[in-house]
Amino acid sequence: MEKLIEILEDIQPGIDYENDTDLIDSHKLDSLSIISLVAELEDEFDVTIPTVEIIPANFNSAKGIWSMIQRLQEEE
Amino acid sequence: MTSYCSLIYLLIFLPAVILIYSVAGKKFRPYVLLAAGAYFFWNFSGKLLVYLAISILLMHHYGLWISLIRGDCSEQVSKAEKSDRKAIKARYKQKEKRLTTAAVLLHLGILVLLKYSDFIGLNINRIFYHCGSDMRVTLPGFVMPLGISFYTMQALSYIFDVYRGTLRPDRNLGRLALYMSFFPQLMEGPISRYSETAEKLWSGESVTYKNLTYGMQRIAYGMMKKIVVADRLNVMVGHLFNHYQIYSGGYSALAAICYTIQLYMEFSGTMDIVIGSGEIFGVKLPENFRQPFASRTISEFWTRWHITLGAWFRDYVFYPVSMSAPMKKLTVKGRKKLGNHFGPLLSGSAALFLVWLFNGLWHGAAWHYIFFGLYHFAFILTGNIIEPYVLGGCAKLKINRNSLPYRGMQIVRTVIIVIIGELFFRADGLKNGIAMFRRMVTDFSFDFIKTGGMYTVGMEKHDYLIIAVTVMIVALIGLLHERGVKIRDFAAKRNIVIRWALYLGLIMYTVIFGAYGLGYIPVDPIYAQF
Repeated sequence: MEKLIEILEDIQPGIDYENDTDLIDSHKLDSLSIISLVAELEDEFDVTIPTVEIIPANFNSAKGIWSMIQRLQEEE
Repeated sequence: MTSYCSLIYLLIFLPAVILIYSVAGKKFRPYVLLAAGAYFFWNFSGKLLVYLAISILLMHHYGLWISLIRGDCSEQVSKAEKSDRKAIKARYKQKEKRLTTAAVLLHLGILVLLKYSDFIGLNINRIFYHCGSDMRVTLPGFVMPLGISFYTMQALSYIFDVYRGTLRPDRNLGRLALYMSFFPQLMEGPISRYSETAEKLWSGESVTYKNLTYGMQRIAYGMMKKIVVADRLNVMVGHLFNHYQIYSGGYSALAAICYTIQLYMEFSGTMDIVIGSGEIFGVKLPENFRQPFASRTISEFWTRWHITLGAWFRDYVFYPVSMSAPMKKLTVKGRKKLGNHFGPLLSGSAALFLVWLFNGLWHGAAWHYIFFGLYHFAFILTGNIIEPYVLGGCAKLKINRNSLPYRGMQIVRTVIIVIIGELFFRADGLKNGIAMFRRMVTDFSFDFIKTGGMYTVGMEKHDYLIIAVTVMIVALIGLLHERGVKIRDFAAKRNIVIRWALYLGLIMYTVIFGAYGLGYIPVDPIYAQF
């Protein structure tokens, strides 16, 4: 989780990732940030994030992103 | 029956379907809707109904085949050693991929053949001509079936969703057929996803008092937009676009503004009628508009205008392309070399380019549509590139980006860009679009207001006044929607006198100020041509 927060802060600084729950809905992360984020997450956590996973429910909060990564890791 | 606004649809077809649907048993209701869809399609395209049937059968077959492959794969995996399982899964995934590619290519092949073969042939002939060759390709001149661009998108979304595993293949051919042929959607969309409408359509819900009244209110509102504004502007817009050569640039600007209003009122009005029709049968069709003229950027505009088309391109073109393996590599490398902003811009822009190229082509087989798509691509790309500089500039100058004047400036800028884009969209070819735009820039004046010339091009003073008042009503309703006010819920809570005064007022307004009869030509459904 710490590493994830680090990646998020590197991509889009100035957001309270621990508590924010509307990263996508309030456009804090735009499509370009998502492209960066997915590429970095795949690199860092050795998972493949398919495009079907690119939905607000998975990316609205750091918690959501983290549980998606864990789920994908288990599935692989 | 010529459109959803025709009296035959509103006073005969729709009431007849509602009546038969209501008397039919719950089990038979989906078949009533299926028959209504087939009749509706036949009414416009006759034997071309076969193309829709082919598409439905292809989808159904694809789903069954995928289920077989997956079943076979599970069986093989369960029997195999743990170490072999990954290879078996990969082999079956390849099979799925080949089958999906074939299903997609068949759908696209039919669309390209019917919609784009003349355009392709015409351009090949132009090349021959410029090379001095006498060779010419014969243009096939296919007739397109009703709404092919819309139902093909629905079919493709079903195929992609089944392939991705977000949707279970449906064995019920009737349910698939109804998803593809629900009559309110056939002509101009909205492009719905299987998961949004199929189950609900097949459930055969009863027509309730609430659904009936809410649906009829929405239809009445759509009728007002279409008949009072879009039809009233029709003669003038047609005249100015067809004879722009004899007018100054100010008239071209007037034509572009009026066409943008007409297009919005026609398309969003039709969507109100379509969504209202769906509502009567208890089906919530996806919204296609969300106050687009309140957008601060072009990018935002396209999340509020023709929403279902934009969402389709986002889900099935933008993310799959920008998240493809080579693009991801490019993003990681780009970020290391160019930083956070410009790093992902390369892969994002490549995907964005394809989205807008396809968006332009989807609207029609002509260069001005391609230009229309790439015009928006250019503005969105520019917005993406300069964003950090704008943010930095605002911070330095201490400009509050959320202040009313700044937001207002952004909205006005976006509206101007949209209006110029629509000029190219409506113009009879790219050449004429460029010529009109050139006149707007080099020969612009508001003389037509002083001289009264604007009242001699197909609209008189009272026409402008009626349009202005109606646009204000629509803008006010849009503003309330933007603030989260649900107007129909608000009206439903009033006492019966106020409630019916509101409903009848809306109908009377349309009847009194609607543009019909001598001197008016109703606008054809604009998006049905796509």
